[in-house]
Amino acid sequence: MHDIYDFVSGPMVWVSLIIFAAGCIYRFISMALLAKEKDPFLYNYMSPYHALRSIFHWLTPFGSENMRKNPVFTIVAFSFHICVVIAPLFLFAHIILIKQSWNVSWWFISDTMADIMTLIVIASCVFFLIRRIVRPEVKFLTSASDYIILAMVAAPFITGFWTYHQFAGCRIMGIIHILSGEILLAAIPFTRLSHMIFFPISRGYIGSEFGAIRHAKDW
Amino acid sequence: MAESVKNAAAEITDAGIVGGAAKLTPEKIEKVINNVLKAEGGARLKTYVDICAHCGLCSEACHFYLSHDNDPKFSPAGKVKQTVWEIIKKKGRVDVEFIKRASEIASTECNLCRRCVMYCPFGIDIAYLLLTVRRICHKLGITPQYIQDTAHSHSATANQMWVKEDEWIDSLMWQEDEARAEIPDLRIPLEKEGADIFYSVIGPEPKFRAQLIYQAAVIMHVAGMNWTMPATPGWDNSDMCMFTGDFEMMARLKKIHFESAARLKVKKIVMGECGHAFRSVHDVGNRALSWKMPPIPVIHAIEFYYELIRDGKIKIAKKFDKPVTFHDPCNTVRGRGLHEMGRYVANATCETLIEMHPNREHNYCCGAGGGVINCGPPYKMSRIDGDKIKAEQLAAVKAKGAQTIIAPCHNCHGGLEDLIHHHKLDMNIKFLGDIIYETMEKPE
Ligand code: HEM
Ligand code: SF4
Ligand code: SF4
Ligand code: SF4
Repeated sequence: MHDIYDFVSGPMVWVSLIIFAAGCIYRFISMALLAKEKDPFLYNYMSPYHALRSIFHWLTPFGSENMRKNPVFTIVAFSFHICVVIAPLFLFAHIILIKQSWNVSWWFISDTMADIMTLIVIASCVFFLIRRIVRPEVKFLTSASDYIILAMVAAPFITGFWTYHQFAGCRIMGIIHILSGEILLAAIPFTRLSHMIFFPISRGYIGSEFGAIRHAKDW
Repeated sequence: MAESVKNAAAEITDAGIVGGAAKLTPEKIEKVINNVLKAEGGARLKTYVDICAHCGLCSEACHFYLSHDNDPKFSPAGKVKQTVWEIIKKKGRVDVEFIKRASEIASTECNLCRRCVMYCPFGIDIAYLLLTVRRICHKLGITPQYIQDTAHSHSATANQMWVKEDEWIDSLMWQEDEARAEIPDLRIPLEKEGADIFYSVIGPEPKFRAQLIYQAAVIMHVAGMNWTMPATPGWDNSDMCMFTGDFEMMARLKKIHFESAARLKVKKIVMGECGHAFRSVHDVGNRALSWKMPPIPVIHAIEFYYELIRDGKIKIAKKFDKPVTFHDPCNTVRGRGLHEMGRYVANATCETLIEMHPNREHNYCCGAGGGVINCGPPYKMSRIDGDKIKAEQLAAVKAKGAQTIIAPCHNCHGGLEDLIHHHKLDMNIKFLGDIIYETMEKPE
């Protein structure tokens, strides 16, 4: 057990971080090169002002017509995304570990705050899951991969919560927590979660096309 | 899903799809699909398919979805799933029945109106994805028959309606004659080199609605414009090839159009009241010709009329006194943001403007656009059923008192007329040009 723990909390952390970082860079560059070759006009039409205008509108809660039409989804989606990024990055326990290994540290959130954020992520995943099952228009688009991705996102948060609160079997859970976090990180560049990398680009491009060429808003 | 595809495919009767499909083999389908995906479906297509969160948030944007009581098969991403995703998943190894249905979905169940693009959090351009399916179908030769016929006309005559060169000139001279009965010194200047304005229209104008050319000539004359129309092919700015996915022909058409204007050394091109033609000249065709922006400034009639009224070149004698509403054509709002200019003209010429809801960039498509009405009689009822929501929107604005719909787009007229007739709405539809002509000050 100890060996496994050492392995997942040692070399595996490196592996997953490298896959994540290198994967993101690889996906980004290969897409940029493909665009240069096949759709070079994308570069010509990118208009920084209109791109940022569009991104800004879509990163503002209720900044678009569709967000106003679906207020519950908007609140859940925004809370989810804020928590899914902030909680792991600013968790005290994570920062301690990083400080021990690399001697760098940064600002952190209180454990209560982290607990709340974790619960928000888990609850949001449950919301997304239920929505996927009960809303026909979402169900129609759903394939097994959507459930798998949702499970991959929820797993580190559920197990992290479990471990922190020392529920039964928290040692194994701790290992699963680390492992599932690593899997999630490594999966981001190669699954639909790569939307994290490409959101600014696809949004920015359509914002440019709508704004600069068509003089219309896109929100 | 496989089942629903089969059921629907069983009913396909369109001669173009059925006839084309008879010549297809799975090998050919696979080859063509992969050629298109490889040669043309670059970073955009791939990224759009990769990042789509399958969240369904685009659904409520689409009038087909709303009109079919939220049937997910008609949602934007739902249509992409039934076509693009499947094609990519199977690496092009799809059967003939599948591709027949894909042609129908892409050509007759999406107006390429781009409303959904405004509702997707990633800004995924679903219209582009479905147009890529049409492109594949074009290369496979299974485009619906009626629209393919207009594309053939474009190839043979450079206009949409098989209008011969002498017929075009005759129509203009005929309208000039008619208009001279009203304004004796009016001219429709043909081939006038160095004119300020090159005025181009769509094929159906000389064919079916020649009075629009008459009206435009009166407006040009009264406003004192230095304008011209070409006596050669290149007068038709419309483009069904853009909608069938025949991009080579689309580029040729736009080239003929721009070159006619360049030959006449005009300062700008003013286009008649058509939405898709404007899209093809201002936004799509220029790119196909590698011009970032059109090589000669292009403006839509809405903007042109706005300028004439704003600058006092046209004065209104007596405003139109029946309450009107304004239908924003997708291609002039999501395509050019002309909604406020349209309202400026409507307010300047009409006493009462009652807004329909949603409006401006968020207006619902008329159901005709994107070449859907051009797919002809086999798809007339599915088009009308697919835009029930538009009829409801019109009924609501009628209940508020609007009797006349102003729609500055030819296709919209076709689509709205069918909806009004089918739902017995008893409203009439006018172009901005109709209203201006009716209400403007004219020389005695
Ligand atoms: C940081 C940049 C990110 C941006 C801008 C972003 C943006 C989006 C957007 C626009 C959506 C579409 C639906 C919605 O509005 O929620 C979405 C969905 C989703 N995102 Fe993100 N995201 C980011 C990062 C992440 C990360 C890091 C994860 C997980 C580790 C994630 C997980 C998800 C999931 C699971 C969904 C699907 C929800 C569903 O099932 O409907 N996102 N994201
Ligand atoms: S482009 Fe218009 S018709 Fe086509 S899927 Fe989107 S909203 Fe529907
Ligand atoms: S809204 Fe966008 S991301 Fe969501 S299903 Fe539709 S196309 Fe995909
Ligand atoms: S015909 Fe009019 S409303 Fe319909 S798609 Fe074209 S511009 Fe839009």
